[in-house]
Amino acid sequence: MSNLNSPFVPFSPNPSIQSGVPTTTPPLSASKPSQLGSSNLRYASSRKSIYDRHLNRTQRSELSKASFAFLFGEMIQYAQKQVLGIQDLEKKLNIQGYAIGQRLFELLLYREGRSAKRETRLLGILQFIAQTLYRHLFGKSADGLEKSREHEDEYMLIDHEPIVNSYISVPKEMSQLNCAAFVAGIIEAVLDGSLFPCRVTAHSVFSEQFPFKTVFLIKFEESVLEREAVLQ
Amino acid sequence: MVILSILILNKAGGLIYQRHFNEGLNKLSSNDYLVLAGTFHGVHAITSRISPVPGSGGLEVLESDQFRVQCFQTLTGTKLLIFAEPHQPNIDVICRRVYELYADYVMKNPFYQIEMPIRCEQFDRQLVAYIKPKQ
Repeated sequence: MSNLNSPFVPFSPNPSIQSGVPTTTPPLSASKPSQLGSSNLRYASSRKSIYDRHLNRTQRSELSKASFAFLFGEMIQYAQKQVLGIQDLEKKLNIQGYAIGQRLFELLLYREGRSAKRETRLLGILQFIAQTLYRHLFGKSADGLEKSREHEDEYMLIDHEPIVNSYISVPKEMSQLNCAAFVAGIIEAVLDGSLFPCRVTAHSVFSEQFPFKTVFLIKFEESVLEREAVLQ
Repeated sequence: MVILSILILNKAGGLIYQRHFNEGLNKLSSNDYLVLAGTFHGVHAITSRISPVPGSGGLEVLESDQFRVQCFQTLTGTKLLIFAEPHQPNIDVICRRVYELYADYVMKNPFYQIEMPIRCEQFDRQLVAYIKPKQ
């Protein structure tokens, strides 16, 4: 907190004054921010933080399935403590995925580079999700993309065996729950981010061939359908 | 390779999983299985103490002319008991694989409470898929 004695007011927030706000501005004082205990950012000996890394550095890196499984399991247990019903639990998982989807979408578009195209058509953005997003997250593209026959505003993204559910056995009394609600949140964020407002939910569909088949039901708002009709 | 049944005991010696893989077995009541598990846990502890060789673990193999029991104790104190036919090779391979399935489908399940009876559908399914082809 020695900066408060300085006659100069720093232009950008200094990590030693604002707690928990990450910034790449090096502190004006000589002491390291971690000693002051207010910022959670880790600084290497070269005074660089995670925000100084190149965005493409982790493009080809992979995460162990076990690490993700343990983290995801804890996320579900954490959410379960705070809610009372299955709908609320799915909603909580959806919100957790939503935050990730918003940031992931920006990153994926940045990584596409010069050839990145802003998707304005429904089929275009759904293809982006089924191919690019899915490949980034799970290393495989989605297993199917269908349009509902009964409702004009519903589309279905099919995954025969969602990787996030691979180690999870839902007890009989909660058989309605599908933890892929987390992935549904990611998809919803990407769609909302490209201005296709919608609701995405995950449903388990039993089939002989694929006992863990999950269908992501995407229900678009009226405005999307109207726009699609005009662009037709 | 015929596996007769598998039992899993938790750290305190309580039975958390029990399954038969052979129809012709004499079935005990569920209470008897709990007693069996507790007894085995006690015997295992006793054998590790009375062993003349210092620093040895507890009972590992119990063999009779009708069956063979192999006990695999993990570093966390969980015991896997495999009941098989006598003169069966490679039981420890099976022990390790069952432990791997336990670590995957039970430990990574957010709905499983540690040290409680195992009620994980995926674990059952994978175990049967692994053991049944060997019968």
